[in-house]
Amino acid sequence: MSAAVVGELQGVGVILGRQEVLKGLDLTLSAGEFVALLGSNGSGKTTLVRALLGLLPVASGEVRLFGTPLERFRDWRRIGYVPQRFGATSGVPATVEEVVLTGRIAVARRMRGFSAGDRQAALQALELMGLARVSRRRVSQLSGGQQQRVLIARALVNEPDFLLLDEPVSSVDPENQKMFAQALERLSELNATVLLVAHALGAMEPLVHRTVVLDRGTVVYDGVPRAEHEDEHAHHHPRVMHAGGLPKER
Amino acid sequence: MEVFGLEFMRRALVAALIVGVTAPSIGVFLVQRRLALMGDGIGHVAFMGVAAGLFFGTSPVITGIVAASLAGAGIEVLRDKGRTASDVALALIFYGGIAGGAILAFRSGQSSKVLGYLFGSVLTITSQDLLVLVAAGALVLATVILWRKELFAVCYDEEVARVSGLAVRKLNFLMALAAAVMVGVTMRVVGILLVSAMLVIPVAIVQQLSNSFRSTLVGSMILGGGLSVGGVLLAYHLDTSPGATIVLVAIGAFFLAALLAQARERRASPAA
Repeated sequence: MSAAVVGELQGVGVILGRQEVLKGLDLTLSAGEFVALLGSNGSGKTTLVRALLGLLPVASGEVRLFGTPLERFRDWRRIGYVPQRFGATSGVPATVEEVVLTGRIAVARRMRGFSAGDRQAALQALELMGLARVSRRRVSQLSGGQQQRVLIARALVNEPDFLLLDEPVSSVDPENQKMFAQALERLSELNATVLLVAHALGAMEPLVHRTVVLDRGTVVYDGVPRAEHEDEHAHHHPRVMHAGGLPKER
Repeated sequence: MEVFGLEFMRRALVAALIVGVTAPSIGVFLVQRRLALMGDGIGHVAFMGVAAGLFFGTSPVITGIVAASLAGAGIEVLRDKGRTASDVALALIFYGGIAGGAILAFRSGQSSKVLGYLFGSVLTITSQDLLVLVAAGALVLATVILWRKELFAVCYDEEVARVSGLAVRKLNFLMALAAAVMVGVTMRVVGILLVSAMLVIPVAIVQQLSNSFRSTLVGSMILGGGLSVGGVLLAYHLDTSPGATIVLVAIGAFFLAALLAQARERRASPAA
């Protein structure tokens, strides 16, 4: 093995209610990989992500993050997580900046307010997602796509080494998708590992190194992305062609 | 004004101010988590604590706060355990509190005092009560100030908070305890039946007009203090029950804020 192991599931079984949602699943994610996790509804994609983060009890097997068993893992600043749903839009109002700042909890000092450095980091993450101008706006006033980008900015705020995204673009228009793909590309260049749960890859397709397909709680495909990217240029080359000055259409 | 010359009025106004300012500071987190009615549940059990205080001849305020804290802790444990069974368990605890309290209160031979705890009797607050109020209020306020960003993170998105390494269970527990202490304190002023109103209504008013969590928190504390003191003064002049007057004034303010928010929205989007 060349690259360091970032996330690891070994024989992981998860039972929810009476249903066995993951069945003895093995998966290893290495540093710098961009992995798309695909599969139909109910195939266990979200459960896999949640098991990897310790949000679900694991019935059997072992989960490790950065080589540390999950129970003993404390280095949460290295993790960025974008959950599937949008949490608490209609509760008490919160500004875009306030939401993104909650992502700084992993690094901020306890029992005091956020520092200037925390705010700076939040602003940078918002700039990356094209939201700096609305940082003082109420989150619930933004469009669905913008709200989704707020959550992504929150996950990016500590420049994580491992980013887990659970269908982040399911309700995002093409414009937002493009911006999102750019942000992920930058993170990928910093050698971060990305695990992306998705139905369709859209603008993210050129970034994906590896596809894992789940079906009824087991891995049924694990390898290079299928379809048109199965040539030897499958890594980063599609973008290089853009930089080479091909006319940009659309 | 001559009201400030009256010893009992001075005590009443200080008590109202403490409760008015402090209650929304923890209430805002309850509203954020959609647990606006949690205060009511805690209050039911606090009633048993008050009755126990009457029965054993100790300070009902202190026994009320102790019972409320136990209830807050118990509710949090049940909430953490799971969803389906906890609903019924909560109902059993709440009604058990009221029923047990009623029996103790009538056995104590002081059932005439019960009304004061159900609807509040801020005008009969003793200086010993006031000391308890100051101490408990300071405790709640300190909790909110020290852990405000952690509490907000947990209330906003519990799972992301967990993945940020926060001790979510401990923070939830802390929040439940702070709410419980607040309920114990608040019942002396507005009464057990209206406790939740003080925690929730100022927040509900301010959140219609604010954009940020921070301004909602600060705004509802200021407004809560104002409504509370204003309500006591109004009650003195109208000769009405202070607790109920505070709550009705607050509800009036809620509708006023709703009108304001509507007008603002209409101005923001002149079309339609």
